[in-house]
Amino acid sequence: MTTITKPNDGHANRTPHRVHHPGLNLGPAHQESEDTREEMVFGFWVFMMSDLIIFGLLFATYVTMLGGTAGGPGPSDLFELKSAFIETMLLLTSSFTFGMASLALKYRSDRKVLVIWLLVTLLLGLGFLAHELHDFHKMFTEGGVPSRSGFLSAFFSLVPLHGLHVIGACIWLIALLGQIAVHGLDPPTKTGLMRLAILWHFLDVVWIGIFSLVYLGGIV
Amino acid sequence: MSDIWNFVFGRLGWDALPFWEAVRDPTTFNIINGIIAGGAAGMVVLGVLGAVILVTWLGKWKYLWSEWLTSPDHKKIGIMFIVIAMVMLSRAIIEAAFMRAQQAVGLDGGFLSPEHFGEFFTTHGTIMIFFMAMPFLTGIINYVMPLQIGARDLSFPVMNQISLGLTAAGAAIVMISLVLAPFSTGGWSGYPPYTELSYSPDAGVDYWIWAVTLSTLSSTLTGINFAVTIYKKRAPGMKLFRMPLFTWTALSTAILMIFGMPPLTVATALLALDRYLDFHMFTSDLGGNMMNYINLFWAFGHPEVYILILTPFGIYSEVFSTFSGKRLYGYTLLVIATICIAFLSFTVWLHHFFTMGQSAAINAVFGIATMLIGIPTGVKVYDWMLTMYRGRVRLSAPMIYAVGFIMLFVIGGLTGIILATPSVDYQVHNSLFLIAHFHNMLIPGTLFGMLAATNFWFPKAFGFRLEKRWGRRAAYCWVIGFMLAFFPLYALGVLGMPRRSLTFFEPAYLPWTIAAGCGAIVILFAMLFLLIQLWVSVRDRHHNNVFVGDPWDGRSLEWATSSPPPEYNFPVIPEVFSRDAFMAEKEQGKAYQIPDEFPDIEMPANSAMGVIIAVTGTAMAFGLTWYMWWLVILAAMVTLVAIIARGYVRKTTRTIPCDEVRRTHLAWIECVRRTTPVDRSKEQTRENRGLPVPPVEGAVQ
Repeated sequence: MTTITKPNDGHANRTPHRVHHPGLNLGPAHQESEDTREEMVFGFWVFMMSDLIIFGLLFATYVTMLGGTAGGPGPSDLFELKSAFIETMLLLTSSFTFGMASLALKYRSDRKVLVIWLLVTLLLGLGFLAHELHDFHKMFTEGGVPSRSGFLSAFFSLVPLHGLHVIGACIWLIALLGQIAVHGLDPPTKTGLMRLAILWHFLDVVWIGIFSLVYLGGIV
Repeated sequence: MSDIWNFVFGRLGWDALPFWEAVRDPTTFNIINGIIAGGAAGMVVLGVLGAVILVTWLGKWKYLWSEWLTSPDHKKIGIMFIVIAMVMLSRAIIEAAFMRAQQAVGLDGGFLSPEHFGEFFTTHGTIMIFFMAMPFLTGIINYVMPLQIGARDLSFPVMNQISLGLTAAGAAIVMISLVLAPFSTGGWSGYPPYTELSYSPDAGVDYWIWAVTLSTLSSTLTGINFAVTIYKKRAPGMKLFRMPLFTWTALSTAILMIFGMPPLTVATALLALDRYLDFHMFTSDLGGNMMNYINLFWAFGHPEVYILILTPFGIYSEVFSTFSGKRLYGYTLLVIATICIAFLSFTVWLHHFFTMGQSAAINAVFGIATMLIGIPTGVKVYDWMLTMYRGRVRLSAPMIYAVGFIMLFVIGGLTGIILATPSVDYQVHNSLFLIAHFHNMLIPGTLFGMLAATNFWFPKAFGFRLEKRWGRRAAYCWVIGFMLAFFPLYALGVLGMPRRSLTFFEPAYLPWTIAAGCGAIVILFAMLFLLIQLWVSVRDRHHNNVFVGDPWDGRSLEWATSSPPPEYNFPVIPEVFSRDAFMAEKEQGKAYQIPDEFPDIEMPANSAMGVIIAVTGTAMAFGLTWYMWWLVILAAMVTLVAIIARGYVRKTTRTIPCDEVRRTHLAWIECVRRTTPVDRSKEQTRENRGLPVPPVEGAVQ
């Protein structure tokens, strides 16, 4: 990364050594653009904090509702560790491939590698979703529907919300692939990929919570 | 035929008309209620039609669209937020007057039906919190904060538009519910299981859920926007501890919004799942747990209280120091107190339901935590009083609100300490004592703060001062009307009158309810005087013009620009060397400079995103309420396409050429040179053109 020495009008007293976001290569130095990009990424982190509150509250609600099975099926009747493990592996691998995409974004000038990694990530994400839907379907056929009990309601308010986030992230990924096709790798697209990466890894972390607390905890 | 009808209109039928009951069963009682409800619906329809006709007649649609609705300018968005707040304030005050009237004649009866009364207290609370106080303070922060930190705009102008759009959509839904009734009767807090489908099957609670959800989404985005702006966009030299106190409270408010709004989003979303998809989160059967709702709601509700009060604390701080001609006493302590309050606000939510069955030990912990908040708040009160001490105090309208606030807020705070004692709370909870207490905090706290802020910053936004006499009359009416309307409720609460009572059978209550009713009339006059003040001020705007920009001898950077400021706020971003940056400039004779060179300025370009989100948000909420699924899907698709398409837009800024900036700035400086400075004795006269005599040896003249 080139160092930036040219001070801009409003930032005369800042040091010329600027903190850059790891994984983001905005190309030739451009202070104005750097500043707005930095704000966007910081803003997205703040949004993630807010979103994390939502998941945190739903986790807490879920734990308090564990006993509310109302005579219906409980965790050990419905959860299947093997399936949840496969989903975990799909999602963790997709996080890895997104990491590879971020490296390609930073170090490779050609788009091909980046796009390939992004497509692999997308496929893994879709694979996760398909598997999760299959799981829900199986639960439904076994009588595990949200209207059955408070416990199942809590389950279906927490886990599918993560799935909805993954759907949103996949749509965003497709939209960004479109932006790459239309605009190339300009700074807005790069920042978009950077923010999507934050979301993607965040969803991974939330899933680890779900896997440990909901699935492992439920079966133990 | 009926299939098509059902597909298009869902469950919307003729019985949604507010006067349907009166037509179907015309008893005197039904006719009275029908006239009140129908009259309100007529006001909404006529109001909208009137606005449309007025804009068409003036030929201003294009102006409205390009200069306001699609403008990303934080100042215009702030003003639009405040306009929404004012409209909703008028409605909610009229509703309050109806409730007071009902209780004034409520011995053994009254004139309102129970459903109607329930809608009154639900919409009154919902509107006052979500569509009056929140947009009002969001609007004021939106307008003032970027100017105070020397920025050109917020970090995310388009997201700001979307916030406005979401709030507008929520407000529209509440207004539509007047025409196509009913609204919820479950109170502003919407406790289940009453708000579950089995007890409230009609559309009312759904209206409430979606209106509130739109508002919380708006506030979450606003919080993110404000926090990022304050962290990232301060002018060079504007260190955190050089920020004006209002900006500090704006930052604390933003942080509370980021963490405090999601619990309500979760609560209303889960309640919606219960109602729409037959979940059992909060139902009284099949393992549902309604206490989860109560906890979630107040995990939002208590930080919300401090969202509503911290911003006014900032406003009062500015008002006290400006109208006392002194720098703020105990700035650092005030900052620390603000942060303490923001932090403690997350640790006290349980005091909203001491009586709901947890152990005495838990109640004690939360009771003590609640009382702790009195300490930083007390610090603030002393700091404000010491700011006035030996200052050059001018008792203008904002100061009347501020002084009234100090006295009344302390009384409200003391009753809060009483309520924070669980054993006392067991006696007076759910009574009018509680109603008196929180109105005692929110009216002198939040509402007076908002009105002080409008009187204080109006000349900045519009270039002329608000008329002083009507302003003072309104302020005194507010103070007196508040005391008359709410102090009797303390007595009623101690006498045992429950809140939300339609009627009562205890004659001892009557004198107090009549007194409170008289207070409501005084408050109606206060509202009327505010409107007269606005009218008179607009009429005399040329006499009260303050284009130069500094009518009150201000201390922070927002007064360093013309009134109204140019779109880009500052031709060159100012550099800050101390607190009270503009006052320091005036002291050193460095104010009103012409910069050596003018840069080209990049500003965000207009965007229709806010309007699109307002329309689709309203459509989606309306469709969900009445089960018009086609409308929901359509609105969702349009929203999704709009958001994706926005990502493809690259031309998001437009450049204002340096020549234009120079011309504007030189014209303003020329105006400053031609203006005679005035001292503070002439502050409220027509000689005050917005240029104060500079301070001499630190003393305001």
